[in-house]
Amino acid sequence: MAKKITLPLTKEALRDIRVGDTLLLTGIMYAARDVAHKRMVEALEQGKPLPLDISGQTIYYMGPSPARPGQPIGSAGPTTSGRMDSYSPRLIAEGLKGMIGKGMRSQPVKDAMKEYKAVYLGATGGAGARISKSIKKAEVIAYEDLETEALLHLEVEDFPAIVINDIYGGDLYEEGKAKYEVKT
Amino acid sequence: MLQRQRQTKLAMREIAASKVSEIVSSLFQEACYHLPEDVLTALKQAKEKEKSPVARDALDKMLENVEISSKEQIPLCQDTGAAVVFLELGQEVHIFGGDLYAAVNEGVRQGYNQGYLRKSIVSQPFSARVNTKDNTPTIIYTDIVPGDKLKIAAMPKGAGAENMTKLAMLSPTSGRLGVIDFVVNAVDEAGSNSCPPVIVGVGIGGTVEKAMMLAKRALLRKVGEPHPDSEVTELEEEILRQVNNLGIGAMGYGGTVTALAVHAEVFPCHIASLPVAVNLQCWCARHEEAIL
Repeated sequence: MAKKITLPLTKEALRDIRVGDTLLLTGIMYAARDVAHKRMVEALEQGKPLPLDISGQTIYYMGPSPARPGQPIGSAGPTTSGRMDSYSPRLIAEGLKGMIGKGMRSQPVKDAMKEYKAVYLGATGGAGARISKSIKKAEVIAYEDLETEALLHLEVEDFPAIVINDIYGGDLYEEGKAKYEVKT
Repeated sequence: MLQRQRQTKLAMREIAASKVSEIVSSLFQEACYHLPEDVLTALKQAKEKEKSPVARDALDKMLENVEISSKEQIPLCQDTGAAVVFLELGQEVHIFGGDLYAAVNEGVRQGYNQGYLRKSIVSQPFSARVNTKDNTPTIIYTDIVPGDKLKIAAMPKGAGAENMTKLAMLSPTSGRLGVIDFVVNAVDEAGSNSCPPVIVGVGIGGTVEKAMMLAKRALLRKVGEPHPDSEVTELEEEILRQVNNLGIGAMGYGGTVTALAVHAEVFPCHIASLPVAVNLQCWCARHEEAIL
């Protein structure tokens, strides 16, 4: 049974969700890929403000296909999270609480999640059409020159996700594999 | 002699470059909205076989996605790929009214624009990386074959699985077991990144680029279609068995089905070489083809 969660993530929600939980997320999230991450971290290093108040927020690693007329967004599935690994710990230290994507994270990202109590959620890769149904509004808020890779503000309703890394150090990829691996 | 040449000339089949553009455009749009029937069947079978409820749930979402995409013409995946085109050009075909490769690129331009497909190609890859805004240039491979037909296969290849590609120049004496270990390990390292359950394309032999081409082309084979060489079929089955024992499962959430199929293609090679290439295809294994 899926847990209904409101975004931005509350402290209670962060404490409550565990590895393997299926979630339905409703509220505000942002979409950014690696180039937008690079720009945000560079801004922080130069002491410049970020284009969003990142404290408590959730970033979805996604660059959509173009929206058809009348639609808020096109296909909108997750991209590979590993490309954000070198930037995520800095953003987590800055207050980022949720990340949504697909694929493995590096040890420094996992360490940062544990230290700052942030979570990593999985969305189904290749299921961009289905996921697009839960995105009600999408707006470019920065880095428009990056085309599909621009920074987006999203309003979502019942966005489907699964908990990969919780604040307790659990990891679905490791636990799931260990459970079904057949050693010969 | 002269007369025979003339007859041959008369026998040339004429295909308009504009027709090629039109077909390429529609092939990419079709590929991005509709999963091939063989892949869909394999996904449904995977759901039957999968023991993990979490992985079954992911497979359910994939199957629902296929329906929504097809019904509403929303791309299956937002990554509508680099546009890869395989041409098999009959040597008795004459393309008129334009350059063949320009016609393919025009088809990609039209298809990606009209179909609301994502443009994901950037120029000067090591520095500026500026989006070309029409998903060209197309990656085009051409084989000249007997006959008077033009076969066009379109493969929008997403980067998630592509980035997990592996290549090795094995020692020839490492043989069959060396090949199996290398391929299984490549799928293991790719883990959740390649959007499993994957199709594993394997190229064995030839030279370095030949091995990679074999691996890529192997992804065009229909899932469930056996390789004509039974020794290759046995190799594919053994790799598939070991890959599914990895426990990665759908989206890497843990499970018993990590690959839908293993497709290997082989080619003779140098006495001192044993090249092996692994090119993965995500579950959303899109490709379409047409014969003109």
